[in-house]
Amino acid sequence: VKTRTVFNIQKAKIGAPKRFGFSGLRTKKTPFSDLCLKSLEEEARRSRNNQRSRKMSSIGTGYDLSVTTFSPDGRVFQIEYAAKAVDNSGTVVGIKCKDGIVMGVEKLIASKMMLPGSNRRIHSVHRHAGMAVAGLAADGRQIVARAKSEARSYESVYGDAVPVKELSERVASYVHLCTLYWWLRPFGCGVILGGYDRDGPQLYMIEPSGISYRYFGAAIGKGKQAAKTEIEKLNLSEMTCKEGVIEVAKIIYKLHDEAKDKAFELEMSWICDESKREHQKVPDDLLEEAKTAAKTALEEMDAD
Amino acid sequence: REETSDRERGRGAIGVSEKMTFTIPIENGNGVKNAEADSQRTLYPYVTGTSVVAIKYKDGILMASDMGGSYGSTLRYKNIERMKAIGKHSLLGASGEISDFQEILRYLDELMLNDNMWDDGNSLGPKEVHNYLTRVMYNRRNKFNPLWNTLVLGGVKNGEKYLGMVSMIGVSFEDNHVATGFGNHLARPILRDEWREDLSFEEGVKLLEKCMRVLLYRDRSAINKLQIAKMTEEGVTVSEPYSLKTFWDFKAFTNPTVGAEGSW
Repeated sequence: VKTRTVFNIQKAKIGAPKRFGFSGLRTKKTPFSDLCLKSLEEEARRSRNNQRSRKMSSIGTGYDLSVTTFSPDGRVFQIEYAAKAVDNSGTVVGIKCKDGIVMGVEKLIASKMMLPGSNRRIHSVHRHAGMAVAGLAADGRQIVARAKSEARSYESVYGDAVPVKELSERVASYVHLCTLYWWLRPFGCGVILGGYDRDGPQLYMIEPSGISYRYFGAAIGKGKQAAKTEIEKLNLSEMTCKEGVIEVAKIIYKLHDEAKDKAFELEMSWICDESKREHQKVPDDLLEEAKTAAKTALEEMDAD
Repeated sequence: REETSDRERGRGAIGVSEKMTFTIPIENGNGVKNAEADSQRTLYPYVTGTSVVAIKYKDGILMASDMGGSYGSTLRYKNIERMKAIGKHSLLGASGEISDFQEILRYLDELMLNDNMWDDGNSLGPKEVHNYLTRVMYNRRNKFNPLWNTLVLGGVKNGEKYLGMVSMIGVSFEDNHVATGFGNHLARPILRDEWREDLSFEEGVKLLEKCMRVLLYRDRSAINKLQIAKMTEEGVTVSEPYSLKTFWDFKAFTNPTVGAEGSW
């Protein structure tokens, strides 16, 4: 949903708000109103046409046109719509194991022409931290670039690698920033940030609303509910990253819906003692091992 | 000027800018002159390191430098490592201003970090790093604000050995054996005579020690505490600091002024 600065002039819908004292095109001579009047007429015409074709958005009607508008029950609909963009993308799973972090992405392949290994969804943000992105890929690129820049600037000012908590707070503030102004739309992507610093391995998730929490297991995207149930079954405090890689692969293979989506590519990364506390792609042999284990687990399930 | 080069490097970070510069105009007769413009240019080096000598040998590169930092004619710092590994494939040694060397290490650190973050199985080799350094040095020289160093860059990538040098005015070249500063005058003649393509590790170290001994005797800013770094396909190892055996019991040294001009 594009956010526009539209003052809703529709009187026909029940519950439509009278914002800024506008009902119809009565003008109060405020400096702002002069500016808006012309665009108001155009927008009114356009919105009337749009509203007729928009069916499912009746819940937010009128309060969902701008990220600077609260609804009467205290929600900001634009942010919730942005979260819906995240829910439409392939699943991203992250878990915190005993000795590190493992992140996996179900990369839905749009076309058979794409080379495997292209369109990376997991990016390194610094030596010791990485981010897996779900949602609009271009928005994700922007967030990753910002995180890289924040990590670099922290290191150049303080001389030490940025603590993961600090980095997640900075990224969350940046994402939140884009929910405060009418001329900026919220990011349509959620991010799972995993890092390994002095306080050990840590996993954070940053949503389009700008909220960031620390997790021991997190999932976003299409299959997030199913993924979360699966993660809760695991005993993460006892698991090493090597086992974690296999478990994450199993989870992603399990919740991939063959009917709805076609092919997918599994992309995984980790930060653990084995990778010398550096964020990197899971080595190819371990990844292959994980994929075979996941496929056999699926077959066993199907056999049942 | 420093701010311009900061912007060129694209540091778009939030919050603190590294160099807070305040422009204070000074009345200077005919025109207003920017005081800080002049004070930002490097005019003289302060803490300097002396020569670095490096050769290619059978398995890779050998580089030697001592650990001294001179403050003018005072040998002030005696524990400065003037050779550092850059990534997996390169070794950088520097002579000249130590603070500029540390700044160069920071640029290279950022370069290597960005290279690593691609995580695509590729990494920058010595040729690329040498080229990057040449660009940095030359562009700084064009702004009359040089990094006061002569750099030696050696490395091995995919079996190919590389050894090059960049000076503070941006002169850069590749060779089988390079040396900076006094080493150019004292060590290179030895290397020209005695260097061979297929030196073993021990022979290479002996050759380098011979050069370093000559430098120790004749260069006043050299100290008897040196490191030798080895760069091969497997990686970089920088040795622990050690000293060379020297011999000062020549007859002329025991009573140096005997027979000198004007003595009795």
